[in-house]
Amino acid sequence: MSEIVINNRMGMSQGVIHWFKFASPSSFYPLAGKMQPWFWALAAVFGIAGLWISFFVAPTDATQGEGYRIIFVHVPASWLSMFIYMVMATWAGIGLALNARLSGMMAQALAPTGALMAFLSLWTGAFWGKPMWGTWWVWDARLTSELILFFLYLGFIALQAAIDDPRRADKAGAILALVGVVNVPIIYFSVKWWNTLHQGSSVSMTRAPSMAQTMLWGMLLMALAFWMYSVAMALKRVRTIILEREAHTDWVRKLAEVSE
Amino acid sequence: MLAVMRRDLLLAMRRKTEVLTALFFFVIVTSLFPLGIGPETALLRKIAPGVLWVGALLSTMLGLQRMFAADHADGTLEQMLLSPTPLGLLVSGKNMAHWLVSGLPLVLLAPLLGVQFDLDAGSLGVLTLGLLLGTPVLSLVGGIGAALTLGVRGGGVLLSLLVLPLYIPTLIFGAGAVQAHSSGLGATGHLSLLAALLVMALFFAPWATTAALRIALE
Repeated sequence: MSEIVINNRMGMSQGVIHWFKFASPSSFYPLAGKMQPWFWALAAVFGIAGLWISFFVAPTDATQGEGYRIIFVHVPASWLSMFIYMVMATWAGIGLALNARLSGMMAQALAPTGALMAFLSLWTGAFWGKPMWGTWWVWDARLTSELILFFLYLGFIALQAAIDDPRRADKAGAILALVGVVNVPIIYFSVKWWNTLHQGSSVSMTRAPSMAQTMLWGMLLMALAFWMYSVAMALKRVRTIILEREAHTDWVRKLAEVSE
Repeated sequence: MLAVMRRDLLLAMRRKTEVLTALFFFVIVTSLFPLGIGPETALLRKIAPGVLWVGALLSTMLGLQRMFAADHADGTLEQMLLSPTPLGLLVSGKNMAHWLVSGLPLVLLAPLLGVQFDLDAGSLGVLTLGLLLGTPVLSLVGGIGAALTLGVRGGGVLLSLLVLPLYIPTLIFGAGAVQAHSSGLGATGHLSLLAALLVMALFFAPWATTAALRIALE
């Protein structure tokens, strides 16, 4: 029914791209299919350039040797893990406010990628910490809040998986994501103050303030590559979710890849 | 609101085992730590606030599912949704009843358990005051989780996964208050932050819980 309404609206505003048109899964599905290869290509280009810079161009760090090169994976993963949570919560909020089906699907599609990024960031952090500080794990404010962020992602995924009705799962997940977003700064600051009070370890997370220009470029390119990868992955996942949820509709049955 | 609170309290009093189970869980968990770690008083004094707070967190978790489950099962919750009183107020009443049943006994019992851990009188006071401010936050935030997992498969385990990360700030400030006091820094800062958390939770949590309940009952 919503498709008919939207098509009517399209008729009224000819010549102008009607963005809300793409809020309907049936029109977003082909669009996502068209955008997806571009994002994969961008991810590959940025990834190759970033890896080349980070392995061959960026100089060896004066104090940390070659081992520091893991930041080219670690920092982008940490940024993306936080960024994806914000994007996810934004989609969740839009979904609750406008009651749009696609927003919930986007939030659901983003969550596993975000969790992956958080996990990657923790894992590479441990690999970095071992040679640099001589320990796998420090109860540092940033590490701890990243761990809690990972828990929040897991909670979101688990809640969505546990509810059978997809619409209810979307809305419940949306509330959880929004509650989480309110809590993230509180958690971050509480952990930070907790850490400064406990300060027992001599390990400091602060890096040298000035970073070689090429290192920064490598990191930014890798961050872009991770970003593009996340978009491509989310689009791929949202297409699968659309197919799964809209399996009963006519337009899905008429799709070439389904009817084959 | 008061009527809902009275009703929930009455129901809890009629089924004393559930209340007492949570309370004894708290006592047993906190007594397990000295057995596991060893009886050196200096060490026990150091871990006491953390242990007592984690025990309080876990034992409030036990009662959370009951906050809405029974009312959901017999349809009372739907009636509350239809009633002219705003659902947020009714939810606050339920939260308060949950706290009176599962939070307040912990607050009253904590000084006694603190003595077991060889805390001095000042620390005991700070611990009790911290729990008094912090346990309502646990009930309020837990209410959101309870409403979200209402009638969901494996709700109990899921509830702890959702709610425990959100409890972390309360744990940090609550346990930190005692540590700050015993290290001579003064606990005022921590206690004010706990009070701030309480005010925020009092204001926002019933609202989120209401939204979650409406979704669960759609």
